[in-house]
Amino acid sequence: MMTILRPAIALVVLFTLLLGLAAPLAFTSVAGVVFPTQAGGSLVERDGRVVGSALLGQNFASERYFQPRPSATTEADAENEGSPRAVPYNAATSAASQLGPTSAALLDAVKERIAAYGGGPVPADAVTASGSGLDPHISPENGARQVRRIAQARGLPEERLLELVAQHTEGRQFGLLGEPRVNVLRLNVALDALR
Amino acid sequence: MTLIGWAQIALVLAAIVAAAIPLARYIAAVAAGRITFLAPVERAIYAAGGIDPARGMGWKGYTLAMLAANLAGFLLLYALLRLQGVLPLNPQGFDGLSPWLAFNTAISFVTNTNWQAYSGEAAMSYLSQMAGLSVQNFLSAATGIALALALCRAFAGGGLKGLGNFWADFVRVNLYVLVPLAVIVGLAFVALGMPQTLASYVEATTLEGGTQTIPLGPAAFQIAIKHLGTNGGGFFGVNAAHPFEGPSALATSLQIWSHQVIPFALALTFGHIVRDIRQGWALLAVMLAFVVAGTWIVYAAEAAGNPLHIAAGVDPAQGNMEGKEVRFGLALGALFVATTTGASCGAVNLMHDSLMPLGGLVPLFLIQLGEVLPGGVGSGLYGMIVFVLLAVFVAGLMVGRTPEYLGKKVQAREIKLAMLAVLVLPAAILGFTAVSVVLPVATASIQDKGPHGLSEMLYAYTSAAGNNGSAFGGLTADTPWMNTTLGIAMALGRFAYIVPMMAIAGSIAAKPKLAASTGTFPTHGPLFVGLLAGVILILGGLQFMPALALGPVAEHFVLAAGKTF
Repeated sequence: MMTILRPAIALVVLFTLLLGLAAPLAFTSVAGVVFPTQAGGSLVERDGRVVGSALLGQNFASERYFQPRPSATTEADAENEGSPRAVPYNAATSAASQLGPTSAALLDAVKERIAAYGGGPVPADAVTASGSGLDPHISPENGARQVRRIAQARGLPEERLLELVAQHTEGRQFGLLGEPRVNVLRLNVALDALR
Repeated sequence: MTLIGWAQIALVLAAIVAAAIPLARYIAAVAAGRITFLAPVERAIYAAGGIDPARGMGWKGYTLAMLAANLAGFLLLYALLRLQGVLPLNPQGFDGLSPWLAFNTAISFVTNTNWQAYSGEAAMSYLSQMAGLSVQNFLSAATGIALALALCRAFAGGGLKGLGNFWADFVRVNLYVLVPLAVIVGLAFVALGMPQTLASYVEATTLEGGTQTIPLGPAAFQIAIKHLGTNGGGFFGVNAAHPFEGPSALATSLQIWSHQVIPFALALTFGHIVRDIRQGWALLAVMLAFVVAGTWIVYAAEAAGNPLHIAAGVDPAQGNMEGKEVRFGLALGALFVATTTGASCGAVNLMHDSLMPLGGLVPLFLIQLGEVLPGGVGSGLYGMIVFVLLAVFVAGLMVGRTPEYLGKKVQAREIKLAMLAVLVLPAAILGFTAVSVVLPVATASIQDKGPHGLSEMLYAYTSAAGNNGSAFGGLTADTPWMNTTLGIAMALGRFAYIVPMMAIAGSIAAKPKLAASTGTFPTHGPLFVGLLAGVILILGGLQFMPALALGPVAEHFVLAAGKTF
């Protein structure tokens, strides 16, 4: 019996120390030196304060900003245990709607969002919740469709804003991988800088 | 579907096969003990464990050693998860897990399933992630590969007494295969944007003046081994859909590569060990064909979009975007779905629960086929060889000869054991699902009504018994009933399969190796590839057809009729 138990226990303990502590701690220090920004969460600072992460979407509810995709993230409600409140882009708990294709709740939500968006045909990403609830991007079509609203709210010419969306449209990686997209946080930071 | 979408799929698959060729040769050299660049570390580990790496083990000794290592790993992980509240490296001050959740999670990571009834950034301390979950990502992957190497050796010669030494295989696979790959891939992941830090979460003030808590952690290294070891358990709750866990299309492509390269390489490693590489290519061809077919169905279903939403005013150009991220696109999403479920990985870059009915059918079915396409690291290869034995048996029945594979006669004992192994999956999946769709304590976990609700429950036990770990996430998994029964399903799917499989290895090893004759059925040509694919579909898939007809297939027709629930 001991001929089996001793190696089993020794290996599990040794590998826990080696692969669970020594390796990841060494890896963390190397990563922090070689890629400090990425290893630290790609934080974006403005005037010395952290305003978000370049990789994480954040909520923009105001008419004056480009709005991100719908988000299904929530927050526990102390007064109403078991039914959390909707808090879009709550990065503390990533979440999707997980609603299936025949879900009536999903169809109702999509219809409501289409109405709020100003009628169809609406880009799909504008009326569906992302997988993470933290999608930092929208499609370029979605961005262009929001220009009229923002132009009115800010009193800016539409052409200027369309140009801004085009400038912030990132193509496929290496011209091949993924889809064209616009990072909403970067776009809105640039929007605030417009005079 | 677009041409550029298929170009993305072709590029990633080509990169996988291209890397699998040299990696296969390297793993064969590791298995033979010819790779020694960490010999001092290896010797120190053997000394601490009182291990003689040269001592051969029979199938019982090998299996018992494996079970002992897994039991020790389970107990240590369970203790860590229960006690995380009082242990260090817990900057967010998370409490210990409940007994049910800790049991489920410990089984899940020891069996290479990585089913997650918790959300990483809201429940797990950095210590639990690193020294608990991450360690089991390595150890469960090494367990699978070691077992596959033992089965390969059984075919390599005649009248063999031993299958190798479990401890030596286990240590070498970790040191020479998994750790180096994890370090390289992990650094690439950091460069692409995945965090790797012990700092606590950051409070950001958003542009609109709100606050956002940004979760961090030692993520990149764990994510690397989670894919390379086909474990699949996300560092963050939504797995590779999270912008920190899947920051870009390139990152998601590299993740797909990482959870396919070792399973595909092992098929070729088998060819090297039995000294006939064509045998390895035949297995690889079957695996690849299923991956491409699965990708095609998912891609087509998702690109068509949801007809109800299109009728309501959604532009069909982007397809079905619910539960998907803009940056990946549908092609890499579909490839991810097919590879993560074909490979028993279980990581996701989009939400399977929100796939179209036929898009969701594919991951369910790929898992139900036995996780051999290409399957988990090691487990995919040994599962595939069990199907090969059944295929040569079927071929033998058709021509009325005693079947043989690679010069080994396949007789009643092996076929009985193979059927015993293959039946574990339907018994666990259909048995638990049947009980759980009538018990109120279980049905309370279902989110969606209609056929989709059945699919949610069926998917959970399919994923658990298949040791996959992905989910139709609408299901509430953190309940005592679900935690316990899913935990049992995971243990059955792993160990109740391994024991008969290793008994086959022992029995095959002892047989004499016959020379090929003119009557030998060749097992490397297109005819055999087709036969093997057919046997996997029929023997692996047929028993699930009624359940699938009531779930995703029914939902497909109901959706076409315009009905919602």
